[in-house]
Amino acid sequence: MTLVALYRDEGVVLRTQKLGEADRIVTVLTRGNGRVRAVAKGVRRTRSRFGARLEPATRVDLQLYEGRNLDIVTQAETLDAFGARLAGDYPAHTAGAAVLETAERLTAEEREPALRLYLLVVGGLRALADRRHPSRLVLDAFVLRAMASAGYQMALESCTRCGAPGPHGAVAVAVGGVVCPRCRPPGAATPAAETLGLLRALLGGDWPAAEATSERVRREGSGLVAVHLQWHLERRLRSLPLVEGG
Amino acid sequence: MYEGAVQDLIDELGRLPGVGPKSAQRIAFHLLAANPADVRRLVDALTQVKEKVRFCRVCGNVAEAEECRICRDPRRDQASICVVEESKDVVAIEKTREFRGRYHVLGGAISPIEGIGPDDLRIRELLARLQDGAVTEVILATDPNLEGEATATYLARLLGPLRLRVTRLASGLPVGGDLEYADEVTLGRAFEGRRLLEA
Ligand SMILES: [Zn+2]
Repeated sequence: MTLVALYRDEGVVLRTQKLGEADRIVTVLTRGNGRVRAVAKGVRRTRSRFGARLEPATRVDLQLYEGRNLDIVTQAETLDAFGARLAGDYPAHTAGAAVLETAERLTAEEREPALRLYLLVVGGLRALADRRHPSRLVLDAFVLRAMASAGYQMALESCTRCGAPGPHGAVAVAVGGVVCPRCRPPGAATPAAETLGLLRALLGGDWPAAEATSERVRREGSGLVAVHLQWHLERRLRSLPLVEGG
Repeated sequence: MYEGAVQDLIDELGRLPGVGPKSAQRIAFHLLAANPADVRRLVDALTQVKEKVRFCRVCGNVAEAEECRICRDPRRDQASICVVEESKDVVAIEKTREFRGRYHVLGGAISPIEGIGPDDLRIRELLARLQDGAVTEVILATDPNLEGEATATYLARLLGPLRLRVTRLASGLPVGGDLEYADEVTLGRAFEGRRLLEA
């Protein structure tokens, strides 16, 4: 046996899959090493020393061996059990699942550092677990910011195409956001002015303004955020249709 | 790669849960060397399970008739239903001999990230069983992991308006284990679920 590399990082568990009789493959978004897939041996046994530490949406301090295909988790210590705190609130739990799936999908390559996204995931899960704001608003704010950090910021002020200063009323997701009357392609959406205001507030972190909106405006905003996300990911998110408002 | 039939067998075995390519090869060669009568019994067992076994129309458990053995048993308490994810959980609870009521098998747990929502489970069938008021307690015995907890949360909220006692299996420390090795969530749950000891 040759020397194996041991490394330590903190991360958020995005997904777990069963492997064999008692093991699991855990997909973790780490702070320093991007998205990593690793094997947690024996984790499904009741007496596993990992216990609930490798459940989805848990922020953990990990020690791993670098493996040929998959790394191997040798130690895990809980930093924040966000998942366990979300499980008792169904709307927050479904929003949390969408945060995790979005993060997984936005990290196309394994081991590509994604610190900004990592911090957004931790912030989003913490806001959900602390019940700081309505869960659907937290999810939409996370998606808008995560998309921006991945280079797909939704234009909400000036025209996406020609840069003409706003405000503009039409949104063309395929183009990347709001468009002026001259650049407006056929089929562009015309959401309420308050809805675009909500999206600006979510992207900029203006929570008092975001929370002052009506249910109808929030629903329209969520719809636009979902279309924007799925357009750029080119595939539907499985969790999104199951997210409950709240 | 092996020739025809042997490779086909290895491929089929390799599709079973928990069987990797090496195990598939080992099982295939074991069967090749086994006595024909033993192999025949295995083949019969496989055929029978597909022909005879179906799902109980009341509870969703595996059954050899319209209704499973437990639902047909008049001695089982009609007033309580224990909700589990899979048939194998029924077997596990039956072994404890602690529960005398009947079961409801959901067929999994809610998992948004896998695209599994409430409508994909036998939740409507559960509600239908609770309509006539004969059931007074529902015990939520979904797995003590994130998906199981979230499923229990969803069901508790759904059943809240019905006049029922809704309980959740206690979570806590594994018997025979050491406290210091318990993770924070498990230990926290054990605290929440602590009970009074009579002097
Ligand atoms: Zn039955």
